[in-house]
Amino acid sequence: MKQEICTVTDRQDYGSGLFALTLHAPQIAAEAKCGQFVHITCGEGNLLRRPISICDVEGEMLKIVFQVKGEGTEWLSRRSPKHKLDVLGSLGHGFNTDALGERSVMIGGGIGVPPMLYTMKNAKANGATPTAILGFRNKDAVILTEDFEKVGTTYICTDDGSFGTHGFVTTELEKHISEYTGVCACGPKPMLKAIAQIAEKANIPCQVSMEERMGCGIGACLVCACGLKLRDGEQGVRYGHVCKDGPVFDAKEVVW
Amino acid sequence: MDLSVNICGVELKNPITTASGTFGFGHEYGQFFDLSMLGGIGVKGLTPTERLGNPAPRIAETPMGILNCVGLQNPGIDKFIEEQIPFLRQYDTKIIANVSGNTVEEYCGMIEKISDADVDLIEMNISCPNVKCGGMAFGTQVDMVEEVVSAAKKYAKKPLIVKLSPNVTDIAEIARAAVASGADALSLINTLLGMRIDIDSRKPILSNIMGGMSGPAVFPVAVRMVYQVRKAVDVPIIGMGGIRNGRDIVEMMLAGADAVAMGTVMFADPMAPVKALEELKDYMQKHGIEKVTELTGAVRV
Ligand SMILES: Cc1cc2nc3c(=O)[nH]c(=O)nc-3n(C[C@H](O)[C@H](O)[C@H](O)COP(=O)(O)O)c2cc1C
Repeated sequence: MKQEICTVTDRQDYGSGLFALTLHAPQIAAEAKCGQFVHITCGEGNLLRRPISICDVEGEMLKIVFQVKGEGTEWLSRRSPKHKLDVLGSLGHGFNTDALGERSVMIGGGIGVPPMLYTMKNAKANGATPTAILGFRNKDAVILTEDFEKVGTTYICTDDGSFGTHGFVTTELEKHISEYTGVCACGPKPMLKAIAQIAEKANIPCQVSMEERMGCGIGACLVCACGLKLRDGEQGVRYGHVCKDGPVFDAKEVVW
Repeated sequence: MDLSVNICGVELKNPITTASGTFGFGHEYGQFFDLSMLGGIGVKGLTPTERLGNPAPRIAETPMGILNCVGLQNPGIDKFIEEQIPFLRQYDTKIIANVSGNTVEEYCGMIEKISDADVDLIEMNISCPNVKCGGMAFGTQVDMVEEVVSAAKKYAKKPLIVKLSPNVTDIAEIARAAVASGADALSLINTLLGMRIDIDSRKPILSNIMGGMSGPAVFPVAVRMVYQVRKAVDVPIIGMGGIRNGRDIVEMMLAGADAVAMGTVMFADPMAPVKALEELKDYMQKHGIEKVTELTGAVRV
């Protein structure tokens, strides 16, 4: 966990409010694990940092992909090469691809797609033959598919059928579920919930990356609560924190 | 240059402490800086037994501030004593145990227990709802302040700091009541009650509808209240609310604070207390100030 002043080395505008920045972040890149995130100061006027998942790491470079949602991310989208960014990272508990077996599947929905890239690369580097299933709203929102295809088999679907298969990632997952030994996913909560149910039925491990409004990003302020089941199997809920205990949780632990 | 300040016989090496609830028990920020640089550590608010806290969302951003409704998630006072005090004692800093209750009996029980534990100061958060009084916060009415502080004081074997709520009509009146009932020191301000609404869904952003506002936006309110309280009572004051840097610390002390606490600013910059200490030293050097205590209440009105 480091605070690093990073230099932007590349900026890409994917359209539809989606942007990628590549940062020279030697300290953070050295410790970054798949599924972790960085916490970025977005201009003088925004007090809180913005949590953004790590899309890829290459040497001393860190790639992030984000969607403009408000003033902070809008500011971030206007950064370009040579600009400096104040970044905390790498933060949180990431994916454990070793626990997902030889034929794992990486599922991303919308802006949940980027973190699955580094995760898929990690699984492959550890000897697995991972598959990706990526879902987007429509053709304009499709990103990073070529990067995924370089790593392994990649299925793409869109909600409106304007690119790839018409339909949801869950349909695609169910089609091939018997081929997989484990699932990991990032995306909207209803999608994650549906994936968790499919994985449970198939009796294979499932890890999900959760999102919540965040404060400090390191586990001190306790605002990014995620409802988890009690450890002894009793009825009730306890709260873990997305920034420290997560963002990746075992799907069986989450109270949906 | 002498940076030390004395709070009821407890010497802090410098006036900078951390605000309860923003710093956990120190583990996280301890990865960014040596906790021994702090004058004191205000720990997460403790309750008699473990509290789960509220569902998410527990935070809403606001211009230069935040609202939170964590709901006092904490492991309970016993676990704190057992597991966290030994960790904190590794550092050369003072421990400020912050306690919260929903009844007078709960406050008394906790203060009795924490008095026998290895902490330096006890901070009593009276912004909590009094369940026997329809959930009205203890700290908002003079008679409730008198009742809870005078009862708690009987059990306190360590200096008792009463932490005031800013959600009152006359903070000086509340401060006088707390001191008359036995408070050895005061800390202020706790968070200001606020609310935000998502205009698309038309729902409140916070799960608890309303939440406590903190961060730089509240700083002028905090300075004003510390100033008013300084004029009303003669006990040490720990000033907090929106402090960002060394200049803000100087300002808070000029208004009347003996020490300060930094909280929300660390969410923006984990190193804020370290930088603020350097800025404070720079200010003292530049203005030829030998002892930091010279600043307290030195506003020229
Ligand atoms: C996330 C959060 C949790 C807090 N929890 C507590 C608490 O448990 N007990 C307490 O007395 N004050 C609590 N506070 C209030 C702070 O200690 C402090 O009084 C207030 O935030 C103003 O200071 P700041 O603007 O520097 O943060 C909390 C504040 C925040 C932001």
